Amino acid sequence: MTALLETIGLQKAFGAVIAASDISVAVEQGEKLGLIGNNGAGKTTFINIVTGHLKPDAGCVMLDGKDITGRAPRQVRRDGVSRSFQIPQLFTSLTLDQNLLLALAILREEGMSSWQPSRSDARMAEVDDLLDRFRLRPYREQTVAVLPGGVRKLVDVAMAVTQRPKLLLLDEPTSGVAVEEKFPLMDVIMRAIERTDTTVLFVEHDMDIVGRYADRVLAFYAGRIIADGEPGTVLSNEEVQRYVTGGAT
Amino acid sequence: MSGIFGTLAAAVIACAALALAGYAAPNWLVLIATLAFSKGLVALGIVALMRGGLVSFGQGTFYCAGAYAAGMAMRSFEINDAALLVALGAVAGLILGVIIAPLLAGYRGIFFATLTLALSMIVYGILNKTYSLGGSDGLNLHAPSFFGYRPAASENASYALFLFTSLTTVIAAAMCRIHFDSVRGLLSHAARDNEIRVEYLGASVRWINGVNFAIAAALGGIGGALSALSLGHIDPDFAFWTTSGEFVFLAILSGYVSVTAVFVAAVLVELGRSYSSQYFPNTWQGALGVFLLLIILFLPGGLGSLALRLRVSRAKPEPAPAETLK
Repeated sequence: MTALLETIGLQKAFGAVIAASDISVAVEQGEKLGLIGNNGAGKTTFINIVTGHLKPDAGCVMLDGKDITGRAPRQVRRDGVSRSFQIPQLFTSLTLDQNLLLALAILREEGMSSWQPSRSDARMAEVDDLLDRFRLRPYREQTVAVLPGGVRKLVDVAMAVTQRPKLLLLDEPTSGVAVEEKFPLMDVIMRAIERTDTTVLFVEHDMDIVGRYADRVLAFYAGRIIADGEPGTVLSNEEVQRYVTGGAT
Repeated sequence: MSGIFGTLAAAVIACAALALAGYAAPNWLVLIATLAFSKGLVALGIVALMRGGLVSFGQGTFYCAGAYAAGMAMRSFEINDAALLVALGAVAGLILGVIIAPLLAGYRGIFFATLTLALSMIVYGILNKTYSLGGSDGLNLHAPSFFGYRPAASENASYALFLFTSLTTVIAAAMCRIHFDSVRGLLSHAARDNEIRVEYLGASVRWINGVNFAIAAALGGIGGALSALSLGHIDPDFAFWTTSGEFVFLAILSGYVSVTAVFVAAVLVELGRSYSSQYFPNTWQGALGVFLLLIILFLPGGLGSLALRLRVSRAKPEPAPAETLK
């Protein structure tokens, strides 16, 4: 069986800092993969390479057997990869529903039209569906700039999900969210994509979140993968406890 | 589609209202309005760019290209029809814009503004030394005909040009309104907010900015051709940086929310200039500076934002949801 995502020997350095050192990973369709590691361990670099934001110094990224190494983010998106960001990347002067409308319009290649009004009944119906799936309806007409942080995180993920990706990468979806809101937020995200067979890679620092939502965990340290396996196995790994979790499981 | 029909209906009403107003207005006001609409079209191009987060300080390039294209067509090829001359002005601006757009599409902020300014000054310098185009003295043009009609009296000619300019302005303004409200228009706005997200959604910011630049260039060309016909004279000053600065001033004064506000601002500025030159000729630039300062301080969104403020203040605020994520 061909892996949905396969990286082979990825290398990336920023001056003397090694951000990726021979990263080879294969991810199957439908897997929920948690990426853990301290700050600077190479998790976000890995996501940035996969999504085309960074070019690796060496190695390649295969998606569904196709080499997508070094392609621009917009091309990688067309190949079926979508992402959310640690700091939500949204259109802050637009309303929430305008953000989602745009994401849907670009998906359908309607971004070229100077005549089609941005609002149509069909597109609004899809926006309604998204708003319900992500429990965002109460905020629909609010400008994104005034939304609370947790809601912005959800909108950021919703924007990525509108693209109906084969592979969804979530960069610290719960960072900056109040402790008591982390699980509800992840529940909303996971429920929103459960109808699809989307493969999810998420970067996370909260090991309880990783334990609950990941099928498999990759632990990064100094640009290397030091453990790869089921959450229980990885989180109890001695090296992971020493370098990543500090003893927490 | 109701939005488009609404815009078209408003355009028809605006045309009729302008025709009546022009008929009733004194000739001096008709002349001022004609020139104001011509310049407003160039400023509308800057507004299209501003919606995407860019400001051009060199729209004089396209204004000048449109004016010279119309002027040369009239003098060298004896084309006298205003519609044809303005179409040539639009094509000249568009061609120049399409050539320049790829060179500038990667630049933002002050770099973009400065590069457009530099290009306009190159055009200004070349025209000053091109004696076949009149050099620094420029060229005089005669009154155009309108779809075969050549007005005999000078007042009729002014009114005919006003009607033609108003029609062109309303069509361009309606098309811009439709464009601004379209998916592409919203996408431009989005690119202004966050280029990274636009790229990650699968659209090209370079392409968006390039198209906006070409639209602005075509509008600049139309404005230039209409100004040339209105003034009866073209010279390299059309490309001078102060001319470009005036268009930026109009765009800031109007803001990027409302299309109508651009032309209201243009008429106000032309009226202000006209009165100033009569009553305090040496302090016009100072008055313009104070005016700009007041706008930036008290109405940073421009005149167009007044209507938006009114709409927002009328809308009832929605109660904050309690059960959802904070």
